[in-house]
Amino acid sequence: MASETVVSINTDVDVVVARQKGRELANELGFALTDSTLIATAISELARNIVLYAKHGEIVIKNSLVADKVCIVVVARDKGPGIANIPQAMQDGFSTSGGLGLGLPGVKRLVDEFHLVSDVNSGTTVTIKKWKR
Amino acid sequence: MQVPILKQGQYLIASIQAALSDQDLVQLRDALAEKVGRLRARGVIVDVTVLDVMDSFASRTLRDLAHMTRLRGAETVIVGIQPEVAFSMVQLGLTLEGVDTALDLEEGLDYLDKKTKRSTSRG
Amino acid sequence: MDDLKTKRKDERIRSVSPSRLVPPPDNESTVPESTVPLLRELVAHLRKNRTQLREEWARRITEAKLLTAMTREEIFAEATSVYDNYVEVLETGAVEALQAYARDLSERIIPRGVETDEVVGIVLLLRDVLARSLFAKYQADFQLLNRILDAYEPAANRIANTVAVGFVQERERIIRQQQEAIRELSTPVLQVRERLLILPIIGVIDPQRARQLTEQLLRGIRTNRARVVVIDITGVAAMDATVANHLVQTVEASRLLGATVIVTGLSPEIAQTLVTIGVDLGKMNTVGDLQGGIEEAERLLGYKVAPLNEPSQQTT
Repeated sequence: MASETVVSINTDVDVVVARQKGRELANELGFALTDSTLIATAISELARNIVLYAKHGEIVIKNSLVADKVCIVVVARDKGPGIANIPQAMQDGFSTSGGLGLGLPGVKRLVDEFHLVSDVNSGTTVTIKKWKR
Repeated sequence: MQVPILKQGQYLIASIQAALSDQDLVQLRDALAEKVGRLRARGVIVDVTVLDVMDSFASRTLRDLAHMTRLRGAETVIVGIQPEVAFSMVQLGLTLEGVDTALDLEEGLDYLDKKTKRSTSRG
Repeated sequence: MDDLKTKRKDERIRSVSPSRLVPPPDNESTVPESTVPLLRELVAHLRKNRTQLREEWARRITEAKLLTAMTREEIFAEATSVYDNYVEVLETGAVEALQAYARDLSERIIPRGVETDEVVGIVLLLRDVLARSLFAKYQADFQLLNRILDAYEPAANRIANTVAVGFVQERERIIRQQQEAIRELSTPVLQVRERLLILPIIGVIDPQRARQLTEQLLRGIRTNRARVVVIDITGVAAMDATVANHLVQTVEASRLLGATVIVTGLSPEIAQTLVTIGVDLGKMNTVGDLQGGIEEAERLLGYKVAPLNEPSQQTT
């Protein structure tokens, strides 16, 4: 049965809640420990971006079944200031010492699929997917 | 949630028991910095065995901690990073550069012993 | 009039042939409203006659020489579960239960040597047996028969597809598992001295293998409480930027677990690649060959253990 959890993100405490929910779902679905850690870490970063830049938003965590392959989908949504320069935000200096800016290139490395939609007027939506190996 | 800080000889040991919010981490950082100064500790060990996720904020805060304690004359060692967490961290680009690390509490104490002895013999 | 009826009946029979399986829509597990009462009726019929229909099915399986790897008792036991599951799914449209069962069944019979064509074959035979039974019951009223089949066919097709796909996927999963095991065997993390691990890397490194190596090494560091790791890349087939990055990540991750990494077997070409991608070789501990690396490692370990007499003004 497909399950969906929505975590409202307003404070740093919610960041922990969101990533724990992600970890729970990953465990339920039988993801390996490394992969569920990657998922939880990605959620943590995305949730943190919401708190830092948009103040309010939500993280939706759900599982999905496509051609009988299990995957976790996480959507991080906010109506914040948006990202003015997306290419720049996604630029990857590989030997970066951690935690500069939005950390989106880093999040991208943690997951299998990464989609970013952002507009300066309407906010940001990041969708990530990780398949069960 | 307060993280218990124990004093062992000239070292302070903080063992994280559960998932910490950002505020908890910052509180821990400041508490350790303050105690190092007041108690004139030579070393600090932060045991993160229980943490199942280490993200950019945690990484930054631990680096700040190491910096702050060094300014007050103490070395900080982070111990107990789990293999899966280490893997995620480097994928994300978090390397805890400039912060010493050890496998566990025992290794951490050993490391501090050698490091502080070194500076004593030099002094 | 009669010709028309006969013709439609023929068409109907043709369209049930197994060669025209309709693939199920993705994730669809709901039953259309209009067919619910019909499904209920045919399910009731299939349940009432389950013993006889199951036997018919088992007989056909033996006749077709399928499942030869299993005994008659085993076939009968599985036939019972599959039949009940089949009818259940016809009724509820809940494919997840069937998927789970299909995977479970596959896990049991694949090691016994049952092949894909056998699994597909028996499901299709069941489909046929049940369809024939429906013909027999409703043949007097062919309009009703048509409506019954309209309800039955999509559901039956979905089931056949689900079971077949489930079986194939389980097979693929097992193959992947075996590949993983082979990869693990081919890259042992060796403990040669206390606190010292050696990881000789040989051959081609694809991203998956690189990741597995890193995970294995990190677990090894924790288990063996290693303080120094020597990674020998003499045998690495090709070093491109991706592999180089994996290597750097492995070194960094090892450090987080308190282990120092010494990389050996670095040819001038590889060193060049690393520099080109921006790796600060000054930060990476490198030694020419494996032997030298081990000696350096021992030195490091000895250095850490023995009391310090020499000045420690090392700039690395």
